[in-house]
Amino acid sequence: MNHLLTTEGLDRASIESLLDDADEFAEVLTRPIPKVPALRGKTIAMMFFEASTRTRLSFEKAAKALSADTMSFSPGTSSLSKGESLRDTVLTVRAMGVDLMVVRHKATGAPWRLAEWLDIPIVNGGDGAHQHPTQALLDCLTIRQRFGTLDGLHIAIVGDVKHSRVARSDIYAMATLGADVTLVGPPTLLPVDLEGWPVKTTSDLDGVLSSVDVVYLLRVQTERGGASVFPSLAEYATRFGMSSERFARLSDDAIVLHPGPMNRGVEIGYDVADDERALILNQVSNGVATRMSVLFRLLGGDSDA
Amino acid sequence: MHDLILKGASVSTVEGLRAVDVAITDGAIAALDEDLSAAERIIDCTGQWIGPAFVDIHTHLREPGHEWKEDIRSGSTAAAAGGFGAVVAMPNTEPPIDSGYLARFVKEKGVESGLVDVLASGAITMGRDGETMSHIDDLWSAGVRMFTDDGDSVENAAVLRAAMEYIEALGGVVAQHAVDRSLSGSGFMHEGSVSSRLGMYGIPSEADDVTIARDLMLAELTGVKYHVQHLSTRRGVELVRAAKRSGLAVTAEVTPHHLAFDHEDVASTDANFKMMPPLRSSDDRDALREGLVDGTIDAVATDHAPHAALEKDVPFEQAPNGVLGLEWAASVAIGSSGLDQSTLFDRMSVRPAAIAMIPTHGSLLAVGSSATVTVVDPKEEWTPVTTASKSRNAPYVGTAMVGRVRLTLKNGTITHEVAP
Repeated sequence: MNHLLTTEGLDRASIESLLDDADEFAEVLTRPIPKVPALRGKTIAMMFFEASTRTRLSFEKAAKALSADTMSFSPGTSSLSKGESLRDTVLTVRAMGVDLMVVRHKATGAPWRLAEWLDIPIVNGGDGAHQHPTQALLDCLTIRQRFGTLDGLHIAIVGDVKHSRVARSDIYAMATLGADVTLVGPPTLLPVDLEGWPVKTTSDLDGVLSSVDVVYLLRVQTERGGASVFPSLAEYATRFGMSSERFARLSDDAIVLHPGPMNRGVEIGYDVADDERALILNQVSNGVATRMSVLFRLLGGDSDA
Repeated sequence: MHDLILKGASVSTVEGLRAVDVAITDGAIAALDEDLSAAERIIDCTGQWIGPAFVDIHTHLREPGHEWKEDIRSGSTAAAAGGFGAVVAMPNTEPPIDSGYLARFVKEKGVESGLVDVLASGAITMGRDGETMSHIDDLWSAGVRMFTDDGDSVENAAVLRAAMEYIEALGGVVAQHAVDRSLSGSGFMHEGSVSSRLGMYGIPSEADDVTIARDLMLAELTGVKYHVQHLSTRRGVELVRAAKRSGLAVTAEVTPHHLAFDHEDVASTDANFKMMPPLRSSDDRDALREGLVDGTIDAVATDHAPHAALEKDVPFEQAPNGVLGLEWAASVAIGSSGLDQSTLFDRMSVRPAAIAMIPTHGSLLAVGSSATVTVVDPKEEWTPVTTASKSRNAPYVGTAMVGRVRLTLKNGTITHEVAP
């Protein structure tokens, strides 16, 4: 593996081995000194051209737990605002001596451009509504820790699939690991053409509640205001929100996941988010372990650690 | 003693395809006959096709205003290399060609370059604002015959209707870049399986189709000659076919890239596959090829759209729309759609010259007519390695092609020649 750009086409053995390592790194993170020297001397640059807090912090924590040095880039204060091109910006940072870049960009495909322009591993930290592969891996890790396997699990991904890089990443990883995935949402928030997607779709959330093992709630992008894609946030919450009533109709083992940030009261009921079967904070902790696994896989080969 | 003899080709003449030699003297066709000899230069064209030089009715030459992308000289060089003898420059320059003096400027720069006849099309609205009629009479006096706001659609139906009535009275043609912006929205590519997979905002085919359908009604209402630019959808082809059948004065063009590629090529997110209208499905592409062969589509028009490397070497969504096309249009037409000689010269010379009302071009060869001709080897396999354009946004470079323009003559002067 030279880069981690997408979960599409990632084979089962590769995903499982990344998750196996992530489990071990999760154990490292519970130690009194949660740090290993695996990537000592390596420098990892966080190139977040689109605002992000949690993903960037998670990657930084992961890099530091592997003893790598980190550099952080934010577009607002950079020479991008002086008109420098993306290509020149990343070539410049590379020339400072960087061993790996994590990139987030609002434009689909931007991490692929970096992979063409640079001679170092690139990790896609989210491109447009396209891919966010480490999110998918940490989601799969969270599910696997709970159920032991994804084989045969029924997973419903609910909400704004159309604009979701999380959904696009999860679908391929989950299906490759053997889960049955159903997309649930209003027609305006489902992709127009699902040719080749390993999923079923429905607009009837209540119809799938009794059969699902995992309900994956996507964030409603309230900044879209719902203006032309659904009538109102209230109507969305009524039809597609995981209210306490709906939560009570899930099977006893079923879990609820959410990539954050949550809109309590819209896609997830206020109390549901705090239930012990809502593993949202487990996802966050697993995010660090998963990203350690990815960084170690891409940079660890020639490490002296 | 002739200046030049082209030997051994199949020649598109007013009497049909003929296996004759072509003798050229003083810029004109001096003889069309078997076994001609005695010339200062004789070029062996065995197995090749000769016909009237191509006419591109959709070229972005970028001058005035965007000369870092292309200028009239560099664009003319690319045009000659593609076998063209005349090009119609689109008016989306800076400033836009909305007045006669600007059209004259474009034409004069073309004369200076001397490689192809450069004609200006005129904007339909002032500054291409979509609202205020341009100086149509003034443009007409400067020689403009085709009117378009290309790059944008004239969306306001009342404005378009008024312009159609006005232009119809002059005898000109209204050409439309048909797209409904409320449907295309912030889309970057064709709305379909690939846009869904990439999570990229899509542009449904209906964005083009609803505008074409509306425009055809307005064309019927006003009686104007109406030309659909860069058809990209199956339904667009069907709408034009039905309108022609009902007797409307409608014509249509297709670009080389819509014949060559489809939206699966966008999966690479290479910005050289970004254009408007977007590359659509393989079914749409097949309908365009069929429409070109059966004559529903009158012309291959390049929509040659130079953009500098610094503008295209960016993430797909941030790149400007458009690709180069002049140098490979004939190759693509032959390779993608299997055009035979008569059809090739009909769709790339005779009909486009008629649509754009250029009487000095598009005439099949006859003794006494001007020696503005193109020689094509329909079987040559080659791979373009470079371009004559100032820009390099060409998905064809590095791609194997069949069919190649060997030689272009303008009034007897060689403007392009591939060394044997």
